[in-house]
Amino acid sequence: MRKVDCVIVGGGSAGMSCAVAIARFGIKDILMIEREKELGGILNQCIHHGFGLHIYKKECTGPEFAQLLIESVKKYHIDIKLDTTVINITEGKKVTYVNEDEGVVEVQAKAIVMACGCMERSRGMISIPGDRCGNVLTAGTAQRYLNIDGYMCGKRVFILGSGDIGLIMARRMTLEGAKVLGVAEIMPYSNGLSRNIVQCLEDFNIPLYLNTTVTRIIGHPRLERIELSSVDENLRPIKDSEWSVAVDCLLLSIGLLPDTSLLNKLNVERDPQTRSVAVNEAFEMSLSGFFACGNVLQVHDLVDDVYLEAEVCGREVARYLHDGFVDEEMVHVCAGENVAHVVPQRLRKENMQDDCRFSFRVKKPMRDCILRIRSGENILREVKKRVMLPAEMEKLDLEKSMLMGAKDLVFEVKEDV
Amino acid sequence: MIKEMVCIVCPMSCRMQVEMDKKKVVSVSHNGCVRGVKYANEEMSNPTRMVTSTVVLKNAALTRLPVMTASPVPKRKVADVMKQINKVKVKAPVKMYDVIIENVARTGVNVVASRSMDAIK
Repeated sequence: MRKVDCVIVGGGSAGMSCAVAIARFGIKDILMIEREKELGGILNQCIHHGFGLHIYKKECTGPEFAQLLIESVKKYHIDIKLDTTVINITEGKKVTYVNEDEGVVEVQAKAIVMACGCMERSRGMISIPGDRCGNVLTAGTAQRYLNIDGYMCGKRVFILGSGDIGLIMARRMTLEGAKVLGVAEIMPYSNGLSRNIVQCLEDFNIPLYLNTTVTRIIGHPRLERIELSSVDENLRPIKDSEWSVAVDCLLLSIGLLPDTSLLNKLNVERDPQTRSVAVNEAFEMSLSGFFACGNVLQVHDLVDDVYLEAEVCGREVARYLHDGFVDEEMVHVCAGENVAHVVPQRLRKENMQDDCRFSFRVKKPMRDCILRIRSGENILREVKKRVMLPAEMEKLDLEKSMLMGAKDLVFEVKEDV
Repeated sequence: MIKEMVCIVCPMSCRMQVEMDKKKVVSVSHNGCVRGVKYANEEMSNPTRMVTSTVVLKNAALTRLPVMTASPVPKRKVADVMKQINKVKVKAPVKMYDVIIENVARTGVNVVASRSMDAIK
């Protein structure tokens, strides 16, 4: 059986950034496995503009960002397998992949990095009643059909969910000649960046219906009509508030879930708040030598954040392979009041290389609030924030010196202060 | 006339009130900082947008080539830019930043490839 130092599952932004970092820190035997025919992951279909301001100091399109990253990957000797799918991973770090040339192959790795992104929530996950008709698609599927394959999937389109992919698709389909009749959002606030609300909806007079959701799908065999309802404060549809609109395409932009399906059989600690695995400051899971970075670990808004997270992960993978980590007790990091989740979930003080970056999201939009990091009753840091939004991932760097004395950490946000 | 607009410079998303005299900005209020004034002035006098789309691609593994305007174009020209982009067919190989359309819709801006694409071997 072939033996490698490290297998990276996924050749998108996280996998590539991680691979470059691992190689830069002197590990030579890296195998990156990508199931598509080319590297780049979701970036390839995100042809819009606004990526990479932090990393490349200019606003790139998705394919442009991917290509710049692919050019860095090619500077190193990284074995890349395209059109290849990982089908099994064992706790003993045996990775089974399959492709057309080699068939089913097993390799033995010393370290494994999961960098296989996230998947879109689908109709079944929110149980919209009605007909099982064609042309109810996730926004990302429609994006792929349009931007990679060149097919428009509708002429009269409605979008459920005001996530950024939905907003971007509202603009994209309008520019290509479709009539986008509206965007419905069940929450009282939009889940997209305000820049996208302005430039994707307001520029084209596309209405955004807040506190509204789709309550029936009608059509046979293809979609013909949807029924919408207002919702109450518990997000339940209000009786007799229904209205309907004739459409031939419904796009769902209702959230993303980390794709951890390859880890289902492994005994690894999970975090119900991120719906992914829990990791320590080295992005290592509770199973030694298993790492995760990018959208498989937590859903990001910006590819720059994915890049930076994967870079730190790569550095730590190299350190694990060179020297290994010291065994020590973990500090638990918890999401407190108004905080939805925090990554990393665990902290090992002796292993910490330098300052630690924490990523987290708040549960609801808040203004003039205080972000507080506590260690027991002891307040380690307080940061005044003018605005915090669930749609924007927050980042905070805490100094190693400060964390050395810390016990379990709690991130919380206090309102009206 | 007073126009309401959301500032998109930062996540504060200030709901600004912009007082207009015909096409000139007279004053900006409810802005959190000076960047809002600059944004309001640009957005009211000459709003611009980047346009990204795809063109038909021949002789490559994929059938569409993603393209972008090399810099933002006036917002009122976006539809014309799209019309011209949709007429173009390109043959691989293409290199990133190759000019696909020169001076698109007479904006003085080129449409360029936003990635490279190899020819089929």
